[in-house]
Amino acid sequence: MRGTLFLLILTALLTTACATTPTAPATPPPIIDTGVDPEAWALIPAGEFLFGQHEKEISIDYDYEMMVTDVTNAQYARYLNEALAAETVKVVDGQVVGYYPGDEFHGYDHEMKIEAGDWLHVPLQDPGVRVSYDGETFNASPGYENHPMVGVTWFGAKAYCDFYGWRLPTEVEWEKAARGTDGRPYPWGDEIARNNANYYSSRDLFEKIFGGLGDTTPVGFYNGKTYDGYQTLDSPSPYGLYDMAGNVWQWTGDIYEGVHYRYMRGGSKANYEYNLRVWTRNSAGPDYFSPSVGFRCVRDAAP
Amino acid sequence: MLTKRINYLFRSTKGLVLVAIAMISLVTAIWGMLSGPMVEWGVRDVVVRLLGMKLVAAEREGRIIMLYHAIAMAVVAIEVYFITGLVPMKDHQRSIINGTMTAGYLMAMIFGLTFAYFGRNFVFHGLFLLGLSLVFFAGILLASALWPWKREYYVQDPQYAHTRKRVDLERVAFFTMAVATLGSAVLGAVTGSYWGNGHETFLAEDLIREPHKTALQLAIIGHLHIMLTLIAIALTLIVGRWLDFKGLLHKIAMPLMIFGTIVITLGTWSVVPFQDIAHKIINMGSGPVLLAALFLVIYGWRKITRQRLEALGIEKPSLLQRLGALLHDPLKFGALWQMVYMNFVVTAVGIFMAIKLDEIFRVWPAREERVALTGHWHILSGIIATIILLYYADLAGLKGKARQWFGWVVIVGSDLAFAAVSVFETKRLFVSESAQQPLVNWTMLVTDAGLASVLLVLGILMVWRLVDLFRRRGRWEEEFAQSAFIAEDPTPLKRTLEEE
Repeated sequence: MRGTLFLLILTALLTTACATTPTAPATPPPIIDTGVDPEAWALIPAGEFLFGQHEKEISIDYDYEMMVTDVTNAQYARYLNEALAAETVKVVDGQVVGYYPGDEFHGYDHEMKIEAGDWLHVPLQDPGVRVSYDGETFNASPGYENHPMVGVTWFGAKAYCDFYGWRLPTEVEWEKAARGTDGRPYPWGDEIARNNANYYSSRDLFEKIFGGLGDTTPVGFYNGKTYDGYQTLDSPSPYGLYDMAGNVWQWTGDIYEGVHYRYMRGGSKANYEYNLRVWTRNSAGPDYFSPSVGFRCVRDAAP
Repeated sequence: MLTKRINYLFRSTKGLVLVAIAMISLVTAIWGMLSGPMVEWGVRDVVVRLLGMKLVAAEREGRIIMLYHAIAMAVVAIEVYFITGLVPMKDHQRSIINGTMTAGYLMAMIFGLTFAYFGRNFVFHGLFLLGLSLVFFAGILLASALWPWKREYYVQDPQYAHTRKRVDLERVAFFTMAVATLGSAVLGAVTGSYWGNGHETFLAEDLIREPHKTALQLAIIGHLHIMLTLIAIALTLIVGRWLDFKGLLHKIAMPLMIFGTIVITLGTWSVVPFQDIAHKIINMGSGPVLLAALFLVIYGWRKITRQRLEALGIEKPSLLQRLGALLHDPLKFGALWQMVYMNFVVTAVGIFMAIKLDEIFRVWPAREERVALTGHWHILSGIIATIILLYYADLAGLKGKARQWFGWVVIVGSDLAFAAVSVFETKRLFVSESAQQPLVNWTMLVTDAGLASVLLVLGILMVWRLVDLFRRRGRWEEEFAQSAFIAEDPTPLKRTLEEE
């Protein structure tokens, strides 16, 4: 009897554990047109807003524009082709690298030197990256064209924005764009539902398809449309930006004295929802990359 | 008969411990539904809706801090009950300490959780603070009752650690721990008094990469570290008394424990003015405390092995017979084993993290490092909880198969879970984010299965005790009739008091 019970438990454990799904799916995802244009920009007007969890009043005294969505794989592949031609990046041992002039070093505890030289932009061989290189041209992986570019380091994100004369947003710019002026914790309001954003266990369409950590969702996915029976809630920020919470963390541009880390905002598909609150920070060295980290750019508003 | 039961639950050591464990079990059962894997399964949403909880996004950190305090106060209460039951003191001292502590932790727990999770009514917050104050006051009373320099408490039996004037060094260790705890509570309380007036709620793990921390933030970081350490030190002393720790190892261990407690405490306090050297001081104190605990383990394992072999009449045991004797009682073996196991899943991981901080852990994203840190101290808290449960099961008189099943399920279940959490929290050492899912699934499965098995046997124990309370001549009545002392063996300390 005891032996049978033991075998039953063991079988149950094994069968449950075998129902695992790797993060990088072998099959391409369904192609979904969200109708949100990744080339679009939104205006963020100058003025005060409530910054951080404890709602400090901060003012930004200039208008600026931010991308309505994260930079997509297709956009980044197009950029890499242009940048390769312009020789601002190169491919070395399966990695896209580019020059960075280095950071000022202050010698604080745990601060690491970021010296001038070539730094990693995109590790093309990482299974999480959805951009490939055939020796001549960069292409987005099929089905992932309108998904956010991931596996890109801070150097790679900055290089993209710089290449077009834009920049990465500061943390303050990012947060204002995400929450507007009324102190809300999520871009769309005070509470979060599973179909507001792509986060861990949000049961989105891609979690249903791939299980486990799911996958990135196409940019602008949470816009109120229904995809294959999956109903989303329209979840833009007050300024009309999509995916400012969940899907992928977004690199920001600040470089602070005494730390070599770069900061990310927004939370990702791999995090519980409390990480999606607009003030939540993540950080890593500028050469860090992950299938859950992307970015978007800002630019000065047209005069 | 109701009065008699209430007297048992609130006036006897075993009853008080039972109530506190039941309260923690209840809180764990309800609040455990708010985190993974209950979130994924949708259970959290149902519980929140059913109980009418108000989970405001911006208040999450504050809620969690209240929850930690609610549970911590009950754990501190259990330790105080153990101490007043194990260490000689006057009856009136025991009564007033236990009574004040009970009122304090129940107020802190009930009103703290109500404030945090059911709408921010500041009357409840005030009552929560009153509860914490009562716990603090009970601590002052306890320190006073533990004052070691009274002739009536001097050691009579030379096998116990003592000074030349026969001052009981174990009592000094308890006293030192109590005073250190009071001072360390002040470190948190003073900072808390600046809440909304220069101090903002935060979780320490969210500040790990801040190059500049304010004095108030450093005080809280010191506070939470030293409080957990002192809870562990108190429990080590309690287990020592439970097993009647004495002899040469006791004489070496107690001075080490006293010295270590003082140095660790001063080290964590010094994190505010002398952040650069605080860790070095803390390490200087940790070594002696860990050594003292090691001596207790050696003594305890030798003792339970010897007693078992004597009971079996084996004079020249083989290695296997020795091992069998060591493992025959999972409650006593387990309490000491958990202390050893802690070194694998807490101390070793912590030292590795400290040594490789810049090389490995600070290369990870902050959220990964945060997982490692929170996993680290959750394991330590979990180990403390399992030791308390093993001791309580012994006090509750578990015997035969029930004792074996309870003991081994707690040990194996929790240790599997702690091992799995250790792998999970350091997973980036073995696997990239792109390929982590199978490892995440396995570690989560083992963690959940391990913890669920511990909670299951705890639930059974609690139900058994609940049913027992409804019996006319239940175990509760037997326990109530027993002496307030809960030590298994009469100690010289007790004899001293009884002679008085």
